Amino acid sequence: MIKKVSKIPFSGTPEQEQQLKAVIDESKHDKHLLMTVMQKAQDIYGYLPFEVQVMIAEGMDVPLEKVYGVSTFYAQFALSPKGKYNISVCLGTACYVKGSQAVLDKICEELGIEPGECTADGKFSVEECRCIGACGLAPVFTINDDVYGRATADQIKGILAKYE
Amino acid sequence: MNSLAQLKEIKDRTVDKIVLPEGSDNIRVVVGLATCGIAAGARPVFDALVQGVSNAGLDEKVTVAQTGCIGVCQYEPVVEVLQAGKERVTYVKMTAEKAAEVIEKHLKGGKVIEEYTIGYYTRADENAEIKYSLMDTPFCKTQKRVALRNCGVIDPESIDDYIAMDGYAAIGKVLTQMKPEDVIQCVKDSGLRGRGGGGFSTGLKWSFTAANKADQKYVVCNADEGDPGAFMDRSVLEGDPHAIVEAMTICGYATGATEGYIYVRAEYPIAVKRLGIAIEQAKEYGLLGKNIFGSGFDFDLHIRLGAGAFVCGEETALMTSIEGNRGEPRPRPPYPAVKGLFGKPTTENNVETFANIPQIILNGADWFASMGTEKSKGTKVFALGGKINNTGLVEIPMGTTLGEIINEIGGGIPNGKKFKAAQTGGPSGGCIPASLSDTEIDYDNLTAIGCMMGSGGLIVMDEDTCMVDIAKFFLNFTVDESCGKCSPCRIGTMRMKEILEKITDGKGTLEDIDKLEELASHVKANSLCGLGQTAPNPVLATLRFFRDEYIAHVVDKKCPAGVCKALLNYSIDPEKCKGCTLCARNCPVGAISGTVKEPHTIDRSICIKCGVCMQNCKFDAITRA
Repeated sequence: MIKKVSKIPFSGTPEQEQQLKAVIDESKHDKHLLMTVMQKAQDIYGYLPFEVQVMIAEGMDVPLEKVYGVSTFYAQFALSPKGKYNISVCLGTACYVKGSQAVLDKICEELGIEPGECTADGKFSVEECRCIGACGLAPVFTINDDVYGRATADQIKGILAKYE
Repeated sequence: MNSLAQLKEIKDRTVDKIVLPEGSDNIRVVVGLATCGIAAGARPVFDALVQGVSNAGLDEKVTVAQTGCIGVCQYEPVVEVLQAGKERVTYVKMTAEKAAEVIEKHLKGGKVIEEYTIGYYTRADENAEIKYSLMDTPFCKTQKRVALRNCGVIDPESIDDYIAMDGYAAIGKVLTQMKPEDVIQCVKDSGLRGRGGGGFSTGLKWSFTAANKADQKYVVCNADEGDPGAFMDRSVLEGDPHAIVEAMTICGYATGATEGYIYVRAEYPIAVKRLGIAIEQAKEYGLLGKNIFGSGFDFDLHIRLGAGAFVCGEETALMTSIEGNRGEPRPRPPYPAVKGLFGKPTTENNVETFANIPQIILNGADWFASMGTEKSKGTKVFALGGKINNTGLVEIPMGTTLGEIINEIGGGIPNGKKFKAAQTGGPSGGCIPASLSDTEIDYDNLTAIGCMMGSGGLIVMDEDTCMVDIAKFFLNFTVDESCGKCSPCRIGTMRMKEILEKITDGKGTLEDIDKLEELASHVKANSLCGLGQTAPNPVLATLRFFRDEYIAHVVDKKCPAGVCKALLNYSIDPEKCKGCTLCARNCPVGAISGTVKEPHTIDRSICIKCGVCMQNCKFDAITRA
């Protein structure tokens, strides 16, 4: 499984670090609890930034590559956060033919991120998706539960502004 | 608690609440609050009942309880009203408003609201008598509940409820009256075989671990139910978690293990929560921990969560994952009975296997062996899904025919379509074609026809399902889930998928089919673990029974079921087309042209075969072939 690694600067709070330390302290006697610690860390931070993986590796006294190995093996561990608003652009055939790539490009340009990434303020994330079965509305993208059909690149700025 | 007498005391105190005694005018109302029920909106129904009963001042007389999965998925939320000496009433598709009405008319007024009962939905015709109880529907008539006996009956978050239904009596019996070897002999004699799909004798498996001397041994419960379309284990964990706690303790005593791990997928939060509650309650009662029933036997249980890797359902990968590593499988031998979790002898069984154990101990091996076929004893739980009228969870004696499951329990195929095949065992399994509907379902009969029991997912397919496409779907899944450790699985499944894509794209040749078959046999023979060894099964099974469909794809360039887009062509019947322009206006790629009130035409060089025109046409003028 190839995972997108976040380029957003790490913005953990001291409280989060405190919580993580407590989790590590309670488990560091047993290295087998690594996955449990990582699951709890993800509950605290919402994803597993590199900095958190370093803290876990040091705290649990296991090699960082082992932590990274586990985090990339399991689908549940996210290396990039999801935004408050997750944008999903359909790249199925109908949408693609109708220009969804241009829509995706425009969204990425506006937000300054690539598909699979999240904006630095944690507001938006963008991903590509397969056909969502709304070919009649092509090109289609969704923002959380809202569906936008017959989208054009020109509309993007205005639509994103609604989520400010 | 340290004696059977105390256990009995709890049972006597609680049992009347669950099985209302004759002469009692109390009422028990249960609401199915498993994941499926909650998703369908059972929580507000439950709240409305609790609040409504209290407001109506019925607290003394009416108990409202949550329970696990009742089994009839498409009728959720389900509420059942139980009264001594009266037929049980199953209310389906409930809402908070309907619940208020049930309190008013039924609980207070004593009158059943017929049109909310299951019988109203399942009766043959409008004049047929309405049966109130789920048990009278064809869905339940041939079912036999052993593993699911408490699901839909007790409150899974109450240990007293479990004890009332003879819970923990089996571990009591084992620890006070049986030697470990007696327990193993009993499980062996029962003929119980692994319900995770492999079908290995459970008693034999236990005896292997028991035979190995070690300072520490383990019991592991595999609750990493990953097959798409399978939810048997989730239902047991959500509906009767104490049964697993008790069974694992019995297994620990029999094999000499003092610690157990339950590896459950993180996608099952309710199961995890209820297991956690069950373990805490058992510890509180002294049914887990030190010196259980004063026998000197200690046993402790831990929960470990999976993190979304299908391969972790394979026993060695699961243990590697519990140890905190990437969930990659290890070569066998050494088998887990010799060198398992943390390098110690380990017994690993699936949830459903464990769920049978307390019943076998209490009722005896002969009782269990009296159900089923010669070599497959007992019952099997199936998650019935796909193109079938009654979807849901069914538990049937081994040896029931596929035809009975589909036509009687499942209520046949919707929309008058023809039954084509049933898929068992998910991505590791095969399919049983309609021509073999008389097959009695058991381990050996399924193996004999090149299929496998699998963990219990049973997906029904009708004439509109393309078997090549299904094979491709499952292979896509295994390609995604292959852990990558061994090359036959990592590369082989990918190459197989590519060939299947070529075939469904209409670019395949007859040689591709041969190549696919050869590759499948190599992947099967040479992969390291169960995932790779069984990944080719969907391809091999469909090739065996539906080779003509493959040939239609490569020779005639047609998809007989009308699924594979590249092989379809849409056309407009000029006789039927009224020239309303609706199709042309909706076509996403502008492939349809024509003038108003004149027949339109589709330009196939532009058409992307999305089918929007066909959905929109009001005159059935568009055909797909």
